[in-house]
Formats: sequence, structure tokens, C-alpha cells
Amino acid sequence: MRKVLKNEAVQAFIASVICILLGILIGYIVLLFINPAGAGESIVNVIKNFFTWSRPASQMKQLGNTLAKTMPLILCSLSILFSYKVGLFNIGTAGQYVAGACASLYAALAWGWGWLPCVLFAVFAGAFLGTITGLLKAYCNVNEVISGIMLNWISLYLTNTLLTNVKETASPYTLYLDKTNPKALLPTLGLDTLFNKNANVTIAVPITILAAFAVWIILSKTKLGYELKATGNNKNAAKYAGMAQNRNIIMTLAISGALAGLAAALLYLTGYMRWECTQSSVPSMGFNGIAAAFLGGLHPLGAIFSSFFIQHITDGGQYVNTNFYSSQISDVISSVIIYLCGFVLFIKLTMKKILANKEEKKGAK
Amino acid sequence: MSGTHASEYAIEMLHITKRFPGIIANDDVTLQLRHGEIHALLGENGAGKSTLMSVLFGLYQAEEGTIKKDGKEVKINNPNDANALGIGMVHQHFKLVECFTVLDNIIMGVEPVGALGFLQKKQAREKVLELSRKYGLQVDPDAKIEDITVGMQQRTEILKMLYRDNEILIFDEPTAVLTPQEIEELMQIMRNLAAEGKSILFISHKLAEIMAVADRCSVLRKGKYIGTVETKDTTMEELSAMMVGRNVNFHVEKKPAVPGDVVLEVSHMTVASKVHNNNAVKDVSFKVRRGEIVCIAGIDGNGQSELVYGITGLEPLVSGSILMDGKDITKSSIRKRSVSGMSHIPEDRHKHGLVLDYSLEYNMILQTYFESRFTKKIGFLRRKNIREYSDKLIEQYDVRSGQGSLTTARSMSGGNQQKAIIAREIDKDPEVLVAVQPTRGLDVGAIEYIHKQLVAQRDAGKAVLLISLELDEVMDVPDRILVMYEGEIVGELDPKQTTQEELGLYMAGAKRDEVKDA
Repeated sequence: MRKVLKNEAVQAFIASVICILLGILIGYIVLLFINPAGAGESIVNVIKNFFTWSRPASQMKQLGNTLAKTMPLILCSLSILFSYKVGLFNIGTAGQYVAGACASLYAALAWGWGWLPCVLFAVFAGAFLGTITGLLKAYCNVNEVISGIMLNWISLYLTNTLLTNVKETASPYTLYLDKTNPKALLPTLGLDTLFNKNANVTIAVPITILAAFAVWIILSKTKLGYELKATGNNKNAAKYAGMAQNRNIIMTLAISGALAGLAAALLYLTGYMRWECTQSSVPSMGFNGIAAAFLGGLHPLGAIFSSFFIQHITDGGQYVNTNFYSSQISDVISSVIIYLCGFVLFIKLTMKKILANKEEKKGAK
Repeated sequence: MSGTHASEYAIEMLHITKRFPGIIANDDVTLQLRHGEIHALLGENGAGKSTLMSVLFGLYQAEEGTIKKDGKEVKINNPNDANALGIGMVHQHFKLVECFTVLDNIIMGVEPVGALGFLQKKQAREKVLELSRKYGLQVDPDAKIEDITVGMQQRTEILKMLYRDNEILIFDEPTAVLTPQEIEELMQIMRNLAAEGKSILFISHKLAEIMAVADRCSVLRKGKYIGTVETKDTTMEELSAMMVGRNVNFHVEKKPAVPGDVVLEVSHMTVASKVHNNNAVKDVSFKVRRGEIVCIAGIDGNGQSELVYGITGLEPLVSGSILMDGKDITKSSIRKRSVSGMSHIPEDRHKHGLVLDYSLEYNMILQTYFESRFTKKIGFLRRKNIREYSDKLIEQYDVRSGQGSLTTARSMSGGNQQKAIIAREIDKDPEVLVAVQPTRGLDVGAIEYIHKQLVAQRDAGKAVLLISLELDEVMDVPDRILVMYEGEIVGELDPKQTTQEELGLYMAGAKRDEVKDA
């Protein structure tokens, strides 16, 4: 038993589960405080998400919507964890995601490109923004968190400005993709039929899963991963071993940015969401990627499951009973749970301490 | 001596046993410290010295055994209890606030505070000055810690203990960071303290210092108490045999050197200092030939580190040039130098030498991971080859660790970490081996082993550049000594002809020759 508990992967899993349970518990307490009458039902609905619907067909359709938003979240958390393994905290993922949205939508709506070039253009845009952060870090020693936060805002307002050229005249939203340029819509590969003709389920799903595996393989089995992780763990030793530090920093942030750009393209090119050209905050997708990365134990394959869970809770928030609560409560509940997800490392450390103490006591006997 | 005291002993630790999972760190250890004596605690790394002191300081609780102060049994559950009993400790790594003054550091935690909550520094300052006069502890109470020498920082730590009226003073390897002159001063201070009735525990594995300053010496080996001897009745050889469990050869056995062609040629090298606004290495020129060990000696901080950074490529040169095997490598990258035959055993194995969170096998390939034997053309690592290579080095160089190739470097002992680095750097089959303080912090057995390896490299026709701060090492290992003082080479000495005293004069800058081209 103790041996099992000492296993890193098992510890990460248990810590994640504890975080989830704690989050749900505190969310429930918040609901109780506001209005005890509907709390039980509402928290159950948050957890049930699409199961709240009674017809299996509707359930599948809603599940499809959750999946469509899960894919970009997975990619954002991959973006975060990839740079994190190299000792860089890429808070700029959010802005690189925005750049990806901008590039894909602009290319699709203004230039009438097909879906594949649009996706590649978004990847390039995200990578470009990441490269800027990388160059600043490598050559001017500017902390990547500072430049990332600033570039997030630059990226947001630049996107708002550019996409205003392709928005509807009567609303702040960009033009409908399916009416303006249907060939930019991501192909569904027949996946839509599995989810009650939900066309939001597309090629994004296999692309994302492949990306997660690719990140895992790069980090654990290649020379590049060896170099990057060495740099992350001890940059002095990496320098001593003759690794090209600056190149590695720039490349890491470029790859991280590319993943974020890809995330945005795989959401906006489904046509499920449109860009609101007057929004004044950076979309939360990139930031939620941080929680998803940690909840997933900073493992690329763990990110798949943690991202699904977080998206599931977020979508579940809309089923909170609005007779008892104002509609914003859904955001409060899901943010409480997501917030608690960030405690994975803390709980893991606590578990390790308890185990070590027990062993010392045992040694004492 | 014990006339005014209730007991002959200030502190007694009787039959202390402390176990950790899988290891008995202290096995029935007894240590008795008399009033007013300097008592050395000797043992190799991992012998259980630190554990024993942690028990005395309340950081660990022993499973068996008792602690007595002045003959009365006491319980020490945490460091506060230890302080209350008048036990103070100077840690190996000082616990000082860099941007505070000496005085602020001394009174920290026991600040004299007036009625309104204002600090009353005046009487504190008087007490500090009084103490510093009484014991000959030269400090400037208003200097900031970051501006003063390591020796003065240590005196600040000692004053901290005295300010708290501690009677039992523990010094944990206090000489590791000091220059020979500062060591001499410290010993005088310790004698003064003892003469004033303080009882001193002196943890060390440097035999010469123990012989010079201690009254008695207790020896630990592998957690067991070996015995206590009066230093005046013993010899260094006897002490080392007690510590290691066998007779150790202090002198490095080596044949006369047969120097060949010049492999490394440094001319007019100047390297900027990272901390100060000047050059740390000033117009230095020297050559290292095949089949010889050249040692750069000097007191820490005279430009040796920067000299190495310049040669290995960690820092750029301001001016000058470096030739290796006749080829100019002045502007070459670190990787280029490494591939063309330079190996570097770095000064700081944790900062540069290892990725501590990597497994041992990944650390073994740190300099060679990109070679085709470890990496396929498309970039995948050859895990099987890496494992085989690492297992081979572990076997060949006797690197000991819990789980072999899979051990995390962080969990290995310092000596075995160093052995791993040495295995890696030597197995590269270099032309030039730059070894910077390769025996720092290691015990006698490991030092002996590493010296043998360096001589073996020399005999295999390599050029070895050794940078050392240890006088014994400087006298014993190399074939030529170059002394560095304030960034310049001020003397070239033959270790067979010179004496430690002469070497000391050069190192302290009291003597210098014109060394144009060594």
C-alpha cells in the first residue's frame, strides 16, 4: 500500500481527485450561503452537465458541445505545461490564443481561405507571438510573465481592431462562418453523426489527441525534450553542457505559442463561437489552461482528462437553477472548482510530507 | 577546571541512537564536552556528525540515549530549547541577512526594544563592541554583510552566539570557506573563547586543524562511536585511521612527469568580473603540456573561477587568446570546445555539474547526449544504449547509489555525485582536463581516489589543469604550481622545491615574481 502511495503518478492522481472534491464541496457551501433551498439540486446539475437533459439524443448533442470546447482547452494546457517543463511560465498562452483566433477568422472571413491554411496561419500567429516573448527573454532578460501579460492586451486589442473589418454591421460579432465561407469550417469526418448531428464535433478531436501524444513523446523520448527539460531544471548545467540556451528558450515559447494558436483555430473554425469585437478582457481559455495543466499533474495525457473535467464543470454551470440564483452564479461555482484545481502541487507535497513523517515514526520504532 | 561547576562536563550526550528508514545514523554514540575545552568531532561525510549535532540542537529527537547539561538530564525538543540551555551554532552556510548591517544581524530575534516599541540599538552596540574587544573579534558593526569578507561574516555569526550569552558553541566545518590566514585567526579566536570558559564543539574532517586547535577529539565512523583521544597523545595518521577504518596514504604516489607538446596555451587572457566593475583575470598567460598536471593555486576569489570560465567558454574574454592543440578556440562555443577535447570538472557540482532532478543515467550523458550512440538521426534518444553506457561507468568508477542508473542525482551523496561527474568527464577521453576544486567537501577516501584518477589522466598523456584552494592538494598533486593573486599569476613554483610557507607568501601577495609566460 505504502509503495503504491509513493508512486508519483498515483500521487498526482489522488491529489487531483482531492482537489476536485474540495472544489465541489466549497462550491456547494457557497450555494448554501446564497440560498440553501436550491443548493443541492444546483450542485448536482453542475456535475451532471449534459446528463441534466433527459433524452439521450440531447445528451449526446450537449456532450458534443462540451467536447468542442474541451479541445482548445487541452491545447492551451499543453501550451502551458510544455513551457512549464522548461522552467518558463507562459502566461502569454492567453494572448497567443487570441492571436490564433484573429489569424484564423481573418483569413477565413476576409480572404476566403480554406480550413487547413486558416489553421496553419493561426498556428503561425501563435508561434510568432510566443517568439516575441522568447526573444525578449533570451536577449533582453525580460521576464516571460511580464512580457506575456502585456502582449496579451496588445494581442486582444489588435484582434478587436482587425476583426472589426469582418464583423456584422448590426452586432459586435464577426460574420457567420457557415454563411460567409463554408469551406473554412473544419471537416467533421462523420464525427457529427455520433453526437446527434452536432457539427461542432470535428477533426479538432483527433488533431488535439495527436498533439497531446506528440508533446508527451517530444518531452520524454527525444533529444529535444532532454535538452529542454535540462534547461528547465538547471539552466547553468545546460549552459555548461553546451546546450544552446537562447535557442531553446525561443523555441519553447514558439512551440507553446503554436499550440495556443492551434487551440483557437480549432474552436473558432467550428463556427460554434464567434468573436466579439468589443470584448475588453482576454478570453479565459488560456488561463483555464493553467488550471487544467496542474490538475492533469503536468502530464500531457493527464491534460486530456483534466481539461474535459474543467470544461464539463464550466458547461454544467449553466444548469444551476436560476429561480434561486442569478445566472452569473454558474461562473462563480466553476471558478471556485477551477481555482481549487490549482492546489494539486500543494496537496501532493503535503501527501509526501505525511508519508515521510510516518516513515520516520516507523523507523523510530 | 570543574571547580565552579556541578559536573565535569558542560554537555553530555550518552548512548545516543537515532534511526532513519533503512539506516542507523547514530548507533550508541557518546560525546562528553568538558567546560572550557575545544572538542573536535571528526568523521567522514555520512558518518553521522550532522545528525548528532541536530539531536543536540533539537532538530531531531533521538530514540535512545540521554542528554545532560551540567550533570542534569535535559530534554531538547526544538532549537528554542537548545538556545535556552545556552547552546549556539555557527552553521556551515551562514544564516545572515545580506542587506542588513553586522549589528542588525547580531541582535536579530533578541532586539532590545524600548517602551514605545522603538529599537534601542545603543546598548546593543556597546555590548557588541565589548564582546568584540574581549574575544578579539574584529568587526565593523555598521558594515553591511554583503560588503564584508567571509571571515568577518563568520565573526558576526560568532558574535551572534556570544550576544545571546551562549556557553556551548558549535562550529560546523568553520574553515571550509576561509583563507589560510583567516583560518589562523579563527583558531586564535577559538582559543580565546575556550580560555574565557566557553565550551566548543568543532566539527571537521581536516586533521591538521584538529591537531592544531582541539584539546580532545571524538571520532565517528558510519554512525558508530569509535573513541575519544587527547590530541596531544595522538598523530594525524592515527586519527585518520580511526576515521576511515584503514590507513590512508596522504601522499599521492606518482612517477616523475614526462611533459610533451603544449596542448593548452593561454595568452594575455583578460576576463571581466561579474560582481565588480573591473577585470577578474588580468593579462594571464600560461601553457599546459601533455603529461603534466599544472595547478593554479591561490586564495578563493583571486580570479580562479573567472579564469576557468574563460577557458571553458562559460564567459567571453575581454582580450587575449586560447589555443588548444594549436587551434584557436578563443571564440568557440562551449559545445565546440567540449567536442574538440576539453573536459571540465566544475567548481560547483550542483550549479553546473549536474541536473539534480535528472536520473544518474541522464547525467552521465550530459556532455555526449547528442552523439549518434545516444541519439537517433530523427532525434529520439537511444534509451538502451544510454542505460548500458551508464551502467558501465557506474561499475567502472564505483559510483554508489540507491537504484543505480535510475537514481535521482539529488538523492546521492556528495562524494558519489562528484564521482559521477569525474566518470563522465574522464570517459570523454579529453585532451585537456580542467578540474576545479575536484575534492571540495569530500572525505579522505574519496579525495585519495580522485587524486589517483587525476594522476592516471596525466600518465595517459593528457594535459591536466587543476584549480585548488587546499594547500595539501596544491603541494601533493601537481607537477607545476602557478599562484594567482588578484587576477594575475604572481609565481611559478616547483612543488618538490617549495614549502607551504613560501606558497602562502605568494598566495597572500607578500611575494611575487615576474611570470611572463609560464
